[in-house]
Amino acid sequence: MNKIWLIFQREFLNRVQKKSFLIATILIPLVFPLIIGVMIYVAVEQEKSAGVQTVEVLDKSGKIQLQSNDRYNYVIKSGELDDAKNAFSKSKSFALLYIPPFDLAKPEGITLYTKENPSIRKIEELEGVLETKIHDLKLEQFNIDKEILKGLKTNISLNNVNLSESGEEKESNIGILYGLGFFLGILIYMFVLIYGMQIMLGVIEEKTSKIVEVIVSSVKPFQLMMGKILGIAAVGLLQFTIWVILITVLSTGTLALFGLKMPQQQAMEQVSKQMQQNEEVAQEMQNSKVAKLLNSADQIPFASIIFNFAFYFLGGYLLYGALFAAVGSAVDSQQEAQQFTFPLTLPLIIGYFGLFMFILNDPNSPASFWFSIIPFTSPVAMVGRLAFGVPLWQLILSQVLLIGGFIFTTWIAARIYRVGILMHGSKVNYKVLVKWFMQKG
Amino acid sequence: MEALLAKDVTKRYTNHTALDKVNLTIPDNKIFGLLGPNGAGKTTFIRIINQIIAADSGQISIFGESLQPKHIGSIGYLPEERGLYKKLKVGEQLIYLARLKGLSYKDASDRSKVWMRKFEITDWWNKKVEDLSKGMAQKVQFISTVMHEPRLIILDEPFSGFDPVNAQLITQEILELKEKGSTIIFSTHRMETVEDLCDHIAMIDRSKTILEGSKKQVKDAYRNNTYVVDHRGTFSLPGQQYELTSQKSIEEDHYRSVIRITGDATANQLIRDLITVTEIHNFNEKIPTMSEIFITLVKGGNHE
Repeated sequence: MNKIWLIFQREFLNRVQKKSFLIATILIPLVFPLIIGVMIYVAVEQEKSAGVQTVEVLDKSGKIQLQSNDRYNYVIKSGELDDAKNAFSKSKSFALLYIPPFDLAKPEGITLYTKENPSIRKIEELEGVLETKIHDLKLEQFNIDKEILKGLKTNISLNNVNLSESGEEKESNIGILYGLGFFLGILIYMFVLIYGMQIMLGVIEEKTSKIVEVIVSSVKPFQLMMGKILGIAAVGLLQFTIWVILITVLSTGTLALFGLKMPQQQAMEQVSKQMQQNEEVAQEMQNSKVAKLLNSADQIPFASIIFNFAFYFLGGYLLYGALFAAVGSAVDSQQEAQQFTFPLTLPLIIGYFGLFMFILNDPNSPASFWFSIIPFTSPVAMVGRLAFGVPLWQLILSQVLLIGGFIFTTWIAARIYRVGILMHGSKVNYKVLVKWFMQKG
Repeated sequence: MEALLAKDVTKRYTNHTALDKVNLTIPDNKIFGLLGPNGAGKTTFIRIINQIIAADSGQISIFGESLQPKHIGSIGYLPEERGLYKKLKVGEQLIYLARLKGLSYKDASDRSKVWMRKFEITDWWNKKVEDLSKGMAQKVQFISTVMHEPRLIILDEPFSGFDPVNAQLITQEILELKEKGSTIIFSTHRMETVEDLCDHIAMIDRSKTILEGSKKQVKDAYRNNTYVVDHRGTFSLPGQQYELTSQKSIEEDHYRSVIRITGDATANQLIRDLITVTEIHNFNEKIPTMSEIFITLVKGGNHE
C-alpha cells in the first residue's frame, strides 16, 4: 500500500509540475468562452458592417410592392428580363429579383439572379418577404380583414412544472436541462478518453524506456499499475476542481457585468430578501427573461450533479483506465496501440450516441434506462441524465454496477499487464492477450 | 549459510519450459557467475529471484529464509535492458528508486548524495536523464542498484555500454561491495569477466543446470592431463601413454608442443621422459579457459 502511495505521488507530481499542465488548466476555461465570444462578436460585427444591399426588382406581375429597409434597398426595374440581366451584371447591385406574372394560388417561376452564391439566410429572408406579400394578397383576395386574423392568433407558452415524488413542485426548463446534459456527457467522454490515453502513454513510456523491469523488481506490477492510474486520476480531479472554481468565478463575474446573479447566489439572496420582506426587488428581477431562465436553473440540484459527476468521472475513468493500462503494457509503441484503442473506446462512443438519440430526447425511456445502468456506457449516459432527475434506486444500481465494473476490468487488466510489461518485440493480437490473461504466476 | 538456495525450480510457459527442476547453490559473500547461452532460462531464473514472476514449483531460500516479498529490499537488480525515467532529474530519480526499495526519504537522499560524490557526478543532480550520455546513465543506474545496500546483488551483463575506464571503476565497486559482505550474481556472456571476477559459477543450458561449483572445481573437472611444452628441436614421443596433439615452431628451432597423457603417467613422469629426448624451456599444464568449457558444454549438448 505504501508503495502504491509512492508511485501515486510520483505520477501526480510529475504531471502537475509540468508547465503544460498549468497552461492547460488555466487557459482552457478562459480560451473556450473567449473563442465563442470572439466568434459571436465577429458575426455581429459582420452583420452590422454588411450595410444595405441593393436588390433590383423586375416585377412583370405588377402585384408586388417591396419596401426598402435597413438591409435591402429595392430598386424597381422595367423592360425585358434579358436587358435587366445585362444591366444587373454591369451594376454593383447584390441581386436581381425577377417576378413573372403568376397565379396567386400557385406562385411559380420567381427567380433570384446573383453574381455569387448567396447565403441561405439571405435567400430565406427574401423568401420570407415574398411569402408575406403573397399571404397579404391572398387575404385581400378572400376579403379577410387583417385585424380579424390578428384577433384569432393566440400565443401560448407552456409553463412546465415537474411534480416530483415528494410532491414538491419543480419548475423545469427543458432547454437548460438538455444543454446541461449534453455538456456534462461530452465532458465525461472527453475526460475519460484524455486521461485514459495518458495512462496508456505512461505505461508505453515505462515499457520502451525499459525502466519497468527495475520498478517491478521493487514493487508488484499491480501496485505500479494502480499507483499510475490513481495518480493520473488525482491530476484529473485537481484539474476538474480548478476548472469548476475558475468557471464559477468567471461566469459570476461576467453575469455581474450584466447585472445578473448566478442561480446559487440568487437563491441565497432570495432567502435573505424574503426575510426582509423586500419582495419588490425580487419581483422585478423575476420578471426579466434571463432572470427567469436562471431561476429555473436554480431548480437544478447543482451540488448533487457535481458530486455525481465526480463519481461517474472517477468510475468511468477507472473502468476504462485499467483497460488502457493493459493496452499500453501489451504494445511497444503508440502506433501499435491503435488496433486496441478503437475497440476499447467503442462502448464509450456508443454511450455518447445513446446520450443524443435516447437520453436527451426522453430521459426516462427504457433505452435511456439501460444506457445509464450498464457500466461501460453509464458514465456518459447517466451524467447526461442527471440534470433531468433520476430515480434514486436507478442511480444507486448504476453506481454499484459501475464500481463492480471497474473492479472487474482492473482484475482483467492487471493479469494482462503483469505479463505484457515484460514482453518486448512480440507480435500482439487478441489471442496473445487471452494467453497472457490465462497465464499463472 | 548460502546466500541463495534453489531447489527443483520449474517454470513452464504455454509453449516451452523455461526452467526444468533447476537446482543452484550460491554461497554467501562470493561473486557467482551465472552462465548459459541465450534463451537458456537465466533471465527467467533472475526474475523469479526478484519476484517479478513466480515459479510453478520448487523452493527458493535466501539467506536461510524462504523467499518472500520482504526480501525485495535486500536484493539489488541491474537488468540487462537498462532504463530510467527520461524526464526525471537524476537526484529525484535515485531517491524515488531507493524509496521503492523501502528506504526513507532522508536515507535515500543522503545515500544518493554520497554515491554521486563517490562517482564524482554531483553536478548531475538536477540534470534530466535524457540529457545524459549512455555511459553517464549507466553510472546512475548502477548507483540505483546498490544504493539500498542489498545483501544480494544481481547484475545482468553489467559491463555492456561502459568504456574501459568506467568498467574498471564498476569492477572496483563490485569488489568493494563483496568486501563489505554482499553476494554478487553475474549473468554474463563475457568469459574474461568470469575468469577475472567469479569465485563460483553455474551454467544453465536448455532449462537445466548443467554445471555448478567453484571456478577451481569446474576447471579441475575439465582438465584432461594436457601439457604445453616449449622445447628445442623436434622429437618423437617417448612411450605409448602420451599423445601429441599439436606441435608448431615458435622461432628457429624452438617448438611448442601440446601433449596429452592418455595413460596413468603423472606430469613428473612426462617431464622425466621428455628430458631424455629434448631440452625443455617451459612446461605448463593446459588449464581450460571458461570460454572453452562453455563452448564444449553447449556444443556437446547440441550433439545429444
